[in-house]
Amino acid sequence: MKVFIYPTNSLILSDLVERFGHEPLALMQEIGKKVRAQGLDSPPLNITPEDPKIGLKYAAVEVPSGVRGRMSLFGPLIQSAEAAIIIRDPVIPFGCMGCARTNELVNFLIRAKKIPLLELDYPSTEDEAKEFVYKISEFLKSLTEKKNEQH
Amino acid sequence: MSNTENPVRIAQLSCGAEYSGIQKEIDSAVEQVNAVMVYPEIDILDIEAIEEDFGLKVASPDLKLMMARAKAIVTGKVHVDAVFVATCFRCAEAALVRSEVRRYIHEKTGIPVISYSFTERTTAGTLLTRMEALTTTARRKSLLAREKQSGLTAGIDSGSTTTKAVIMRDNEIIGKGWVPTVKVLDSAEEAYNDALKEAGIKREEVQALGTTGYGRFLVGEHFKADLIQEEITVNSKGAVYLADMQKGVATVLDIGGMDNKAISVLDGIPGMFTMGGICAGASGRFLEMTAKRLGVSITELGALAIKGRAQNIKMNSYCIVFGIQSLVNSLAAGGNPEDVAAAACHSVAEQLFEQQLQEVDVKEPVIMVGGTSLIEGLPRAVEELLKVKVIVPDNAQYIGAVGAALLVSGFISR
Repeated sequence: MKVFIYPTNSLILSDLVERFGHEPLALMQEIGKKVRAQGLDSPPLNITPEDPKIGLKYAAVEVPSGVRGRMSLFGPLIQSAEAAIIIRDPVIPFGCMGCARTNELVNFLIRAKKIPLLELDYPSTEDEAKEFVYKISEFLKSLTEKKNEQH
Repeated sequence: MSNTENPVRIAQLSCGAEYSGIQKEIDSAVEQVNAVMVYPEIDILDIEAIEEDFGLKVASPDLKLMMARAKAIVTGKVHVDAVFVATCFRCAEAALVRSEVRRYIHEKTGIPVISYSFTERTTAGTLLTRMEALTTTARRKSLLAREKQSGLTAGIDSGSTTTKAVIMRDNEIIGKGWVPTVKVLDSAEEAYNDALKEAGIKREEVQALGTTGYGRFLVGEHFKADLIQEEITVNSKGAVYLADMQKGVATVLDIGGMDNKAISVLDGIPGMFTMGGICAGASGRFLEMTAKRLGVSITELGALAIKGRAQNIKMNSYCIVFGIQSLVNSLAAGGNPEDVAAAACHSVAEQLFEQQLQEVDVKEPVIMVGGTSLIEGLPRAVEELLKVKVIVPDNAQYIGAVGAALLVSGFISR
């Protein structure tokens, strides 16, 4: 299944999703496309003033351009998501999207989509961390079962 | 900008610039003023600790990064000549951080800082004047610290509507010239000659000359000026000098004939500002047209407006076409000229608020300069709207020329 992750650039989450046989929907792949695409309009991210306009699908012009520019990358991922994992209040090294307003909108759009969703607090102790990984793996396994049932 | 000088190292502290797609525009503007943009390296632990250190808690990690980078500059971990602080337009959280980061760096280091709020429509052209002002401040720090004019100097402000010239000697204005701009060089010659005549001195006696305004390069080349400087730096300095408020914060409002500026100033140095003729309804041209329709000269309009009440006139638009139409309709319906004059001033003040002050903190003292500040009704309308006291210094219409004459006096000893 296509699993949207939040924070969207979390390598740990992306890796976990992949290990359980699902496709992570992560920011890295979208940025990668921008960087690898022919023509370097605005290096290093290669985001041009056209991108915040694509973001108008998700937020009106009164919303800051940085939010809309980010949404032009995250929006299509959210649209194609079949399941999602949201980590609440993660530390910056776990994954960081820079802008709190974008985070609020991304989390809302995922919740509003009514797809299988796991929401967890970021762990602060070793025991919590073990529980954290366990819950994510159980969730990903349940997605596999759901997928198999569908087939 | 001369390329023989070392490039100015500007630190970019920003949130959202890369995702707004304008990084290329920033880089292009920086290149044009012979500067390089640097991004202070910081440790992840610095970001985690910054809210406690800085005393400002924010939700966006990129804003924490901005504060951590500011601290790296303040503590000397990174050496830069200037700082550019930029965040997305309409982000309230970022506006607070932007303002505090600017104040923090200025107070702790004295390194010149300029701040800006961008959208995806921001271009290199828009940023160029800002980068020019920033690099000038970095390169000519000692010049901008000058608080008194010395020797015998001249300043010419070649504006879009009028050309102004002043002669100053030992911190006093001794000659003035103010003519409409027709042909840039001819008008500059006329204004300069008027100022020289009033001062009773010959051109060759002038020890140094500075130019500013739209025609600054042409006029500067013609007169072999010692200083050719954009109007944001010059007007900031000129305003706090004329108002005798050179230390601390100030807000300078300059409503020109065709062009406005709103500048947030700290110790005479510009920080955040908006400029440009976005809307004729926010310009002196609106008042000129109103005066013409009322059959009075522009110099009489202000006194008329003071006697009127803007609330008595219904205006449906701030637009120079439809707004004037509303005023004409009011006159036709029996409205009195005093109320119409007041309504015109109120309309320009409202439009100034809508178009220019969105990105600039209104910190007192608020100093109004430029020709329109002499139309008494306008500073009063701005006072009513912003709930502040507005100061109009003597010779406010000569702001650019005085600022240029003041700054250029630093060249005499060289």
